[in-house]
Amino acid sequence: MTTSAAFSGAISNPTGYQNPIRKLILGLVLLAMTFCASLAFGQTSVPGDTLFAALFHFDATNTQHLIVTGSRFPRAITATLVGAALAVAGALMQALTRNPLASPAILGVNAGAVFAIVCVSTLLVTSSMTLLLWVGLAGAAAAAVLVYSLGSAGGGGPTPVRLVLAGAAITALFVSFTQALLVTNQEGLDSVLFWLAGSVSGRPLDMVLPTLPLILPALMISVLLGRQINLLMSGDDIAKGLGQNVVRLKALLGLLVVCLAGSAVALAGSVGFVGLIVPHMVRGWFGRDHRWVIPGSALVGAILLLAADTLARFIIMPQEIPVGVMTALIGTPFFIVLCRRGLSRG
Amino acid sequence: MLTETPPLESRSLCLGYDERLVIENLDLRIPPGLVTVLVGGNGCGKSTLLKSFARLLKPQSGSVLLDGRDIQQRPTKDVAQRLAILPQGPVAPEGLTVHQLVRQGRYPHQRWLQSWTQDDEEQVNQALQDTDLHALAHAPVDSLSGGQRQRAWIAMTLAQDTDVLLLDEPTTYLDLTHQIDVLDLLANLNQRRRKTIVMVLHDLNLACRYAHHIVAVRQGRVHAEGDPETVVTEQLVQEVFDLGCRIIRDPLFDTPLCIPYGKDSKLARSGGSSADCA
Repeated sequence: MTTSAAFSGAISNPTGYQNPIRKLILGLVLLAMTFCASLAFGQTSVPGDTLFAALFHFDATNTQHLIVTGSRFPRAITATLVGAALAVAGALMQALTRNPLASPAILGVNAGAVFAIVCVSTLLVTSSMTLLLWVGLAGAAAAAVLVYSLGSAGGGGPTPVRLVLAGAAITALFVSFTQALLVTNQEGLDSVLFWLAGSVSGRPLDMVLPTLPLILPALMISVLLGRQINLLMSGDDIAKGLGQNVVRLKALLGLLVVCLAGSAVALAGSVGFVGLIVPHMVRGWFGRDHRWVIPGSALVGAILLLAADTLARFIIMPQEIPVGVMTALIGTPFFIVLCRRGLSRG
Repeated sequence: MLTETPPLESRSLCLGYDERLVIENLDLRIPPGLVTVLVGGNGCGKSTLLKSFARLLKPQSGSVLLDGRDIQQRPTKDVAQRLAILPQGPVAPEGLTVHQLVRQGRYPHQRWLQSWTQDDEEQVNQALQDTDLHALAHAPVDSLSGGQRQRAWIAMTLAQDTDVLLLDEPTTYLDLTHQIDVLDLLANLNQRRRKTIVMVLHDLNLACRYAHHIVAVRQGRVHAEGDPETVVTEQLVQEVFDLGCRIIRDPLFDTPLCIPYGKDSKLARSGGSSADCA
């Protein structure tokens, strides 16, 4: 990007090209801070020096060290991954459907993954993360295909409202299937509730690891597609006319959404609203250039989920509320504002 | 000039959507370095034809040749370096600035991850200058007037730096002032940059004024083509548009000027004696 700044001359963007980098660095600092906060705060507060010692001079006999490395560290890693994955999936979906209300939760992708995972985990009683991951991906893909075909049925293409309605219908369908499983299988209650409400706790590191080879490359590819996505936003014919392979790009974006949302659900169940609200926040902060919106969404998504998970430990002390409930508390008012703004503009 | 290889031509081209055939067995050669205007009634297939010339629509049979090679067989980015298309009524993403929009025109000249070059910047500047948009470079496209917005889209296709420019009804939704503004800009680009321009226009009189070559399309076939003087006659308007009219000379531009009176002329009532002059 240094060349672009050097050559842009008199008519370069007044906000400049360096600014987003500064914002990304600020985002990274915020991420580091919320990550540390998520390690330090909770039912037992861990002071800074103990936190440092736990990470770098681990003492297995120290309870605070055990809390940090055994429970809070994996939890913070899970929240970071899930937050980034869901937010980027949301940003990609909003670009792909040119729909500001699109997100993995609204368009039923999360519900599809949850149902598939609950199905397999209650019927087979398995906790193999690799299996759950693939099952989650299959469920996410099935829901995505269902919603897209339902939203575009009857000609006229998938309009924003039709996609949201189709998403609501498919979500309701999969959630009721999931609840039906709960009724027939009472002892599976805990696990079903975990997936339905969404939680980043109780995931040891060795369960998190299998998702890394999927989430990290998907995030990286998404970041590299920024310019392609920018072009797609101007419409299919414009993008094709400028030499873009629109069909291939859309298929790739769909695949990335399914990978990101599916693995996020496999890790943490259905955490709503992150995919919806984070891209909007990021566009307000970084502008509309997807070369910055995608990495910005990954950062802000991670920060939001880490912060929500940390706050969730204090609302009804000494108990915790699931992080999915927390994001819903933050996200619902935001969603209402978004809808109202969308309606008044239309 | 017509003897040069045409930059664009169609051979036995058949186009359609699903079962319905819109263009049948069409052979058309676009003359290089000229302004060609496609005219015809609604649904006659002229927009469909323009889309296939820009490889946005695959032919059911036959082919479109760009520089003598099948346009569907060529890499789409190569095509985009030779030919730019401005579809009808494009909508810019919310908040996108003119400068950002025009930059998109450089896409076919860039590789994945390649950074912005001096040449890219010069082309963008030139496009903004040609369309007189320098002052508005950082205004959001959706805040502009219709005419300025259309100029911004044209600037994007100029940044693409192609020899051939296709436009689908570039003046639709514009008031008369801005229609002339846009067409003058295109005529200027044709003269100064030697761009081959192909566009669909609804206004026959503006078509006569700005076209070197007119192609009248009727029911998926070329009904007549040639320079406006010879092509646009009262008989042609009757056949292609199913409309009665009288053709006079444009007193300013000396091009054919069509005065339509339709089937149910009101001229007689106003006392004129020229109702049956056709």
